[in-house]
Order: sequence, then structure tokens, then C-alpha cells
Amino acid sequence: MINFKEVNETNQMIENENLDVRTITLGISLLDCMSGDLEVLKKNIYEKITTLAKDLVKTGDEIGAEFGIPIVNKRISITPIGLVGSGACKSTDDYVELAKTLDKAAATVGVNFIGGFSALVSKAMTRADELLIRAIPGALAATERVCASVNVGSTRTGINMDAVRLSGEIVKATAEATKERDSLGCAKLVIFCNAPDDNPFMAGAFLGVTEGDAVINVGVSGPGVVKRAIEGVRGEGFEKLCETIKKTAFKVTRVGQLVAKEASKRLKVPFGIVDLSLAPTPAIGDSVAEILEEIGLEKVGAPGTTAALALLNDQVKKGGVMASSYVGGLSGAFIPVSEDQGMIDAVNAGALTLEKLEAMTCVCSVGLDMIAIPGKTKETTISGIIADEMAIGMINQKTTAVRLIPVIGKDVGEIVEFGGLLGYAPVMPVNEFDCSRFVNRQGRIPAPIHSFKN
Amino acid sequence: MKKCVITVVGKDKVGIIAGVCNYLADNGINVLDISQTIRDGFFNMMAIVDMENGAKKFDEVSRDLEVLGGEIGVTIHCQREEIFEKMHRL
Repeated sequence: MINFKEVNETNQMIENENLDVRTITLGISLLDCMSGDLEVLKKNIYEKITTLAKDLVKTGDEIGAEFGIPIVNKRISITPIGLVGSGACKSTDDYVELAKTLDKAAATVGVNFIGGFSALVSKAMTRADELLIRAIPGALAATERVCASVNVGSTRTGINMDAVRLSGEIVKATAEATKERDSLGCAKLVIFCNAPDDNPFMAGAFLGVTEGDAVINVGVSGPGVVKRAIEGVRGEGFEKLCETIKKTAFKVTRVGQLVAKEASKRLKVPFGIVDLSLAPTPAIGDSVAEILEEIGLEKVGAPGTTAALALLNDQVKKGGVMASSYVGGLSGAFIPVSEDQGMIDAVNAGALTLEKLEAMTCVCSVGLDMIAIPGKTKETTISGIIADEMAIGMINQKTTAVRLIPVIGKDVGEIVEFGGLLGYAPVMPVNEFDCSRFVNRQGRIPAPIHSFKN
Repeated sequence: MKKCVITVVGKDKVGIIAGVCNYLADNGINVLDISQTIRDGFFNMMAIVDMENGAKKFDEVSRDLEVLGGEIGVTIHCQREEIFEKMHRL
């Protein structure tokens, strides 16, 4: 039988160390909604989402209350709209119409984000994919809850540099289209390499075409729990440090597995995966940066940061994998800037630069995330940063992503406030040397030699 | 069996256990295991109960206990046992 100590430990994690289930994400396939008629397509999409997800929020809240653990977000991921709208959408305006339908459906069922205004173009773009990508700025400006993503590369296909070039333009255009709100639209736009089909975390969630009709994916978190646990092994060797992180990740993930199975049972939707990520929030003590500092760094960005993050990311995976029957999504440590108070402090202290963050993305779970840069940054420079990040993903066979916010009207040293879970961020300097001759080359970067495994 | 864990934390005084247990008895909730300790003047109690044959639904019991805690001057939480079981047992 469960004892006092164990009950106290769990409740301590929840009450004082910000342990939570970050998201229950219901994946919904929209492939069977497709039609050549835009009005029919909009109706099909709205009806399918509002029917399948009608009890999602209520069920999530009930599970949270019964287990006594916060389930912070209830969200929806859908089939990439670039595919779903390919028959009906003849213009960017048609795609914006679809985005509004998604926004309305999300509002009706009460979820805060719906992800999947996406295109998968790692090798080349269809006309429909290109229309969708060009519709992103208008779609993100016209909606509240819609999240967009573009997969522009993979280890198997190489990098679609035409899509990378276009993405740089689209990031900048999205910033312009939402400049009244500090270019907030860019916080809902992710450019990927090796995007997973089952990621439950926004803004990059979509339901891949390899998935079934509907699926429950759950994202767990708990940087605060890991930090507190390793405070207990300060000064000890790496063996003890790693064991402690693994054990903690195991415990956190078990909660995610429990919630995922319960949600699956109640919603009568198959369980997909648990994404065992350390996802920070701006709340005090909910920071990945603080874990790295507890490991032994004065500030994140100091020499040793990449090694410490590599260690952390790997132990989180090792501990978590055994705790869940199916692990997927992004799984690892996220290193967003605006969503992590420790990262913000490190930037303000001059310890953390964009270049160091890029190095860290070689070993973290995703990529350059929630980084505010000067609004005057050129499109080609943004494309260059995206290309670098995609190359890291392609060569290392990992997911990488870019979520940059060129804040229109703001420059280095100024602060941009996004609010809520998105936090706030200091605008960081970008290397201004030109790369336009590189990104303006046409075509794609071939797949790397180690992709030929057949 | 529908096992739940009730935790009670607060400043010690007369009648905390009685208050909680009377409520449980009145509502057909069976106590399977109970332990209690005082640490630095603070009362800590944990009870494992079976709600299978209880008169009320989980959310009602949970709400009632919260109100009761307010009346006695302690914090009472009620959670399904699986969260602890899954986290601490293979």
C-alpha cells in the first residue's frame, strides 16, 4: 500500500515544484473532410472537430480534479491543412477562410490552440502547399487560436531551400501583419526539419498522415521537479546526478501515461504517445535554465552549457522511455527563451547569445524557440538562420525547429511582452553579415549520405 | 474497489480526525488505512479509503471535504490512488 512519504513526495511536486500535465492534445484526421467545394469543406471540418472534441476540455478538467494534478492545456492537432485544402482552395484568401473555420471550431470546444495550419514540403511544394504557406501571415493575423508550421527539410529528403527562402519571407510578413501586438503571430509559427507526426506541443503540433482517425497524445512537464531533485545531489559525481534525473523523469512520465490512458478511455479515442518533455513556463521555479545552473553553470550560455544540456536531455529520455508504453513527439528538454525566466536572465546578463543557443539546439529536443530579434532583420537573414537550424536537424537525424519573432519597431535591448505562457523576451542581436547570395540559390540541398540506409 | 487518498494538513487541534471520519462514515466511505503524525505543531494525516459504495460522486466528496477543511481550519485534498501507485510502484 502507498505510504505517507510517497504521497507527500507526489503532492510536494505538484504544489511546490510545478509538476503538471502540460497538454492533452486530441489529434483529429481531417482527410475524410476533403471536398472540391470550399463551403462544404469548411462545414465538414467544423462539424468533425466540434463533434470529436466536444468533451475534451470537460474530460481533461475532470481527470485533473480526480488525480489532483493540473492539466494545463487541452488542445487539438489536425491533418496539415495544406493537404486538406488542396482541392478546394484556389487562393491564399481561401486558406485564410479555412483558418477562420478552425479558429471558430477551437473556440466552440474551448481549446486554447489548434495546430495544423501546416505544409509538409521537405522536398518540394505543391501549388496548394505554396498557397497555404503564403496564407500564413493573413491566417495568423485573422485568428486567435490557430497555429501554423512548415516542415522544410528532413534527413531522408534534404532541405527544400525554396521553402526555406519563402519561410524567411513569411516569418517577416507574419511579424508585419501582427505588429500591433508585438508581432505575436510569429509565436504561433514554427519552421521544422524532421517534424514528428505525433507532437502534442504547440505551436508545432499537427496530426501526420501516418496517424489514424483520432488519437490522444499527452505532453508532460516538470523542470521544477528535476531542479529540486538534483539540488539533493549537489557536489556529487555524474553517475549520481544522471541517476537522479532519470528517476525523476520516470516519475513525471508515469503521471503522463496515467492521464493519457484515462483520457483515452473516457473520450473513447486510442492512446497515441506520451511526449516526455521538460517544457518550461515563465513561472518561478519552472525553468530548464535553472536545472542547467544547478548542474554547475553560473549562467546558461557559459562554457559547459551544451554538455550539461546534452546530459540532461539524454537522461530525461532514458528515465521517461521506461515509464510509458509509447513515447513520441519531441521528448526532451525545450530551451525557449521567452518562456523560461532563467533563459531571459541569462540573455540580459550577456551570458547567452543566439549563436550559443544554436549550438545548444544540437543536443536539445527541438530548436531555436521563442527568440525575439530586431524587426529590421532582413528576410534573407531569417532564412539563413532557418537554413542553419535545418542543417543541424538533417545531419543529426533529429527534429529541429525555428520560432523567431522579428519584433517590428523594436531593436536590441528592448523588451517584448507576449503574456501568459508565452512570457516576455529581450530582443537579441543577430549577426548582420549578408547571406542573400546563399539563400537565393534555387532548389534543394541533397539528402545527407547517411540517409541512404536501404 | 475505488481507492482514494485523503490528505489533511494544518495546525493541530481537537477533533480533526473525528471531523473527517464522521463525514466519511456518514457518506458510506470505508477507511482502509490511516496514518497521522504531528510535525512542528502541524497535523499531517493520510487516509486510504474506498469510495466504491459511497453515497456521493467523487467531485461532490472532494468539494465537501474542501468545505469541511475550511470549517476545521485545515487543508483537505482527495485524490484517486492511481497517481501515487503509478508514480512510485513498478
